[in-house]
Amino acid sequence: MENNILLEVKNLKKYFNLRSGFLSQRFAGSVKAVDDISFFIRRGETFGLVGETGCGKTTVARVILRLVPQTGGEAIYNKVNIFKLTSREMLKIRREIQVIFQDPYASLSPRMTVGDIINEPFEIHKIGDKRKRIKKVKELLRVVGLNPEHIHRYPHEFSSGQRQRVGVARALALTPKLLLCDEPVSALDVSVQAQILNLLTDLQKEFNLTYLFIAHDLSVVKHVSDRIGVMYLGKLFEVANSEDLYKKPLHPYTMGLLSAIPIPDPELERKRRRIVLEGDVPSPINPPSGCSFHQRCPNAQDICSKEEPELKNYSKNENEHLAACFFAGKPI
Amino acid sequence: MAETENNKILEIKNLRTYFYTDDGVVKAVDGVSFDLKKGETLGIVGETGCGKSVTALSILRLIPQPMGKIVEGEIIFDGKDLLKLGQKELQNFRGNRISMIFQDPMTSLNPVYTVGNQVMESLVVHRKLSKEEARRGSLKLLEMVGIPEPKRRFASYPHEFSGGMRQRVMIAMAIANSPSVLIADEPTTALDVTIQAQILELMDELKSKTNSSIIIITHDLGVVAKYANRVMVMYAGKPIEFSNVDNIFYKPMHPYTIGLMKSITRLDEKNRKKLKPIEGLPPSLIDLPKGCIFRIRCKYAINQCKKEYPPLVEIEKDHRVSCYRAKEFMDGILERFGN
Repeated sequence: MENNILLEVKNLKKYFNLRSGFLSQRFAGSVKAVDDISFFIRRGETFGLVGETGCGKTTVARVILRLVPQTGGEAIYNKVNIFKLTSREMLKIRREIQVIFQDPYASLSPRMTVGDIINEPFEIHKIGDKRKRIKKVKELLRVVGLNPEHIHRYPHEFSSGQRQRVGVARALALTPKLLLCDEPVSALDVSVQAQILNLLTDLQKEFNLTYLFIAHDLSVVKHVSDRIGVMYLGKLFEVANSEDLYKKPLHPYTMGLLSAIPIPDPELERKRRRIVLEGDVPSPINPPSGCSFHQRCPNAQDICSKEEPELKNYSKNENEHLAACFFAGKPI
Repeated sequence: MAETENNKILEIKNLRTYFYTDDGVVKAVDGVSFDLKKGETLGIVGETGCGKSVTALSILRLIPQPMGKIVEGEIIFDGKDLLKLGQKELQNFRGNRISMIFQDPMTSLNPVYTVGNQVMESLVVHRKLSKEEARRGSLKLLEMVGIPEPKRRFASYPHEFSGGMRQRVMIAMAIANSPSVLIADEPTTALDVTIQAQILELMDELKSKTNSSIIIITHDLGVVAKYANRVMVMYAGKPIEFSNVDNIFYKPMHPYTIGLMKSITRLDEKNRKKLKPIEGLPPSLIDLPKGCIFRIRCKYAINQCKKEYPPLVEIEKDHRVSCYRAKEFMDGILERFGN
């Protein structure tokens, strides 16, 4: 494996068990939220994880952070398997892996000033004295484009875009190496969304950050990512660098997803052929046999309902363009 | 009547809808005028709080009372001013000749009635059909909007449907009486992209089948580019630019529209291309600044912008802009997509 890999996820699994009955709590099957996925992120790059509601993209981030225990697999950060660490060792790693959440309303405590919010990581990790911390907090506010004098304000005094900046400042406080961004801009209006995307890009350059960027909006993901993984019902369907994914998608689901997103260009839209994928995403409690996409797939053959396709490389170069489809590359 | 007159199905004149709150008067819609032509799709775009949804709600007089009030304006449909009608007369139009699809299909369907029941309701109320006829009618509608096994699904409750299916039910209810105008307020915002594509295609298909007109309210410029014929851009309760879709995307003349175009991420663009967002935030609708409301965020603002609000004027055929410097954009004196 290459040397410059910061995080490698291997055969990651997370199943949520369902219980039925009020008192008996019988085991009633499991939801395979993340089902055997593997990918890696190189130092300094942005890896985008895209997929529709319920595909398991957020669960991936939560498992990597050990906010929920994994069912199986490994997450190797800097040559160390995160899942094998003691909680004390984990605390140290958490300094280096930080997270930005989707909802800037719910992820900031309404009873703390933004100064306290950004200061909290220093307290938890016992870094610096009071004077140094205040100086650092003000510096962070400036870095994310907020006025350092607003240190004593509460989150409700800020707009949603500004709140998201506070979230970014908090994530940056401990000078992390890896940032997990879980739908960081989907709650924002376009003009504000662009401001935050630019901020994230600038910060990446300035602090040499590595991003795992999770979102449902493929045009946003494509904008920020070097490489992208497409998820569907807990599985990775395709992994490629973002230009290849857009120009020569291999998996029919990726093709459908790309085609479903209208491009803000009327003339182009008039010429563009539209593939409309039929049906809904199946229930993850009882996923279809074989390839979980076969019921919606225009290319599906007999084999697709019987066997599950493996994620395989289709490029000359190792690990460059992977897809999980028996008929990868066949147009739909 | 002249042909151009005939072509207009709906005309809104100088609509003002205000909300009276403890903090002051919120001018949610402040002087909106537009017309809707037969068979066209009109897009209304703008960011959160720009008044696009309130405009739609005002057309059907669904503004929450007593906080909100339509203080001025005319809404001419079929030669009648809807604002002058009594509740009973208005009821003949609502859900019948003009109907609406709401953003959130979870909250806009009644959870304690079956889906079939809710689709039947508008047929029974407006067309005075018997129960049996209405039942047959609604089965047909459910089939039209692509609900598989409509007979079985007729007796299902909304919670048994997925988001996309619920939105299909909403559409079935909206088109039950073949309305001339369909108002869709963010119809796909709550849905996943592949489902969004299904719903928008369905609406477009039904529109051409029934020759109705659609007002689609959205913040997604991609959706507008794909489906709208004409577009009205709103900012802080006012229309700031109004033209056909090509002009709005290729020759925008209001700095806000231009700014929006430079803020969006596009699938077909190289990644990491620097976006050029509009600086600052939309103003509070309570204390609107004097003069142009956009001037605080506008890098083209001049002295005149502080003094008086620029009127929406026709700068070229079918292209109305409310900016003092629009002509300079048109003549190429100001660069649009440069810096």
